[in-house]
Amino acid sequence: MSTIAYITFRGMLGRRRALLLFALPAVLLLLSIGLRLTGNADLDTATALLTQFGLGALLPLLALLAGTGVISPEIDDGQIMYLMTKPIARPVISTTKYLVAVVLVIGFGVVPIFISAVIMNGLTAGLATGFALGALVGGIAYCALFIAIAVVSRFAVTIGLIYALVWENLLARYAAGAKTLSIRQWAISITDLTTNATAVTSDVHGSTAVPLLVALTAIGVLFAGWKLRTLSITGTD
Amino acid sequence: MSVLELRDVSRWYGNVVAVNGVTMTVGPGVTGLLGPNGAGKSTLIHMMGGFLSPSNGQVGIDGQRIWKNPSVYRHIGLVPEREAAYDFLTGRQFIRSMAKLHKLPQPGAAADRALGMVEMLPPADRAIGTYSKGMKQRVKMASALVHDPAVLLLDEPFNGMDPRQRLQLMDLIRKMAAEGRTVLFSSHILEEVERLAHHIEVIVAGRHAASGDFRAIRRLMTDRPHMFAIRSSDDRRLAAALIADASTRGVELTASGLAVEAVDFRRFAQLLPQVARTADIRLLEVSPADESLESVFSYLVAS
Repeated sequence: MSTIAYITFRGMLGRRRALLLFALPAVLLLLSIGLRLTGNADLDTATALLTQFGLGALLPLLALLAGTGVISPEIDDGQIMYLMTKPIARPVISTTKYLVAVVLVIGFGVVPIFISAVIMNGLTAGLATGFALGALVGGIAYCALFIAIAVVSRFAVTIGLIYALVWENLLARYAAGAKTLSIRQWAISITDLTTNATAVTSDVHGSTAVPLLVALTAIGVLFAGWKLRTLSITGTD
Repeated sequence: MSVLELRDVSRWYGNVVAVNGVTMTVGPGVTGLLGPNGAGKSTLIHMMGGFLSPSNGQVGIDGQRIWKNPSVYRHIGLVPEREAAYDFLTGRQFIRSMAKLHKLPQPGAAADRALGMVEMLPPADRAIGTYSKGMKQRVKMASALVHDPAVLLLDEPFNGMDPRQRLQLMDLIRKMAAEGRTVLFSSHILEEVERLAHHIEVIVAGRHAASGDFRAIRRLMTDRPHMFAIRSSDDRRLAAALIADASTRGVELTASGLAVEAVDFRRFAQLLPQVARTADIRLLEVSPADESLESVFSYLVAS
């Protein structure tokens, strides 16, 4: 398991797209430093930045990069054959890769979101811990969704982008039903449960969000493992 | 000693049949899987390697099913055709990782042994991305050898190699077979297969067209009617002299010379210069008219 994780980390951090992993949280940190220095870092503004940019853009994009990046390129160019021709149960391969994606999202998403909240407001009203927890839970679910898409489709990045941008950002804004099925809303709901800040308001109740988060994560991870067991790699002829 | 067994194996993609009712047994020694591009060789190797489920029939090793059975990889080493092999790792890191994934007791020593077998120890600490095509092929070979498997599957291993690398790899494959391994490699080049394989399986258009040692395949190929295009100083007289012998079945005078159909290749090859000398005819050009591999294959399929 550690060997698969080692190769996956090396692959993720060695590629050019690793720059994006660094760039996205850097933007968040720079924005929060800017707000703090100009004296605009009140609770409402901080909440808006963390909700809109942190949970709304940074988190899904990072999870998309990590969740698909840990497995998609290897399936595309056939490298996954080197892992699959080993006496290892295939779900172990996909689950290890999933865990690598989660670790990357924690490192490049959850931690920067926490630091950004601390920069703006310290630990006031549990805002920083609330957003960190929301991001962690959201990141875990996003990665499960994206890795599941990555083992079925070569267009995982596009499908993931459509989900994050169109479904969560556009449809969920206008349609209440779409909101219920939005990882972003679930993450906000978890943040809402753990912070005292009144600026954080969620549209999905915790009693709905928690079971959905657990179910999506479990289904995503199990599905990826099941799918990898029967993944067909076709020849060149 | 391990034996790969394919029983009535077919694989189709939608309406397209890639492999059609193939039955074969591959035992110790070198077996060449010969066929033109697109014949279904890769599809067959992918099924033997457990990357593709047969739509029909069974693929097994020593009585064990291969599909959905990762434990068989203790006995199988596979070298895929595609070049990609973790370019960001060094050769040594790559092979060591493969050894660890096999849960070998001493992964470092096993990696060095495998790298030594393919003579890749000196550049082992360079990133794979910097390797030449031949070096990549050898490091891929080391990845398949690291756990000392009884069966080696090589998908078009000679593709893109220069003649020297080709000879090296041939030696290595012979060595593997001499150690009692079952080695199967695919190729669309007759000469490669003939030089290396003691047993040949011919695949054409998804069908198992012929099977046997290279002499048997060679015989099938030489015994078929051969077409030659000949130009000489006196085509008409040469035609008359050739048709008088039983090795020639037909002669046609064409605008550019003679089109000759020979049924006994060896006898015809000896006869032609003799006839020309006796009749004092100068041969200006003798060229095989249908020597392309495809025509050889299509003959094999028809017979």
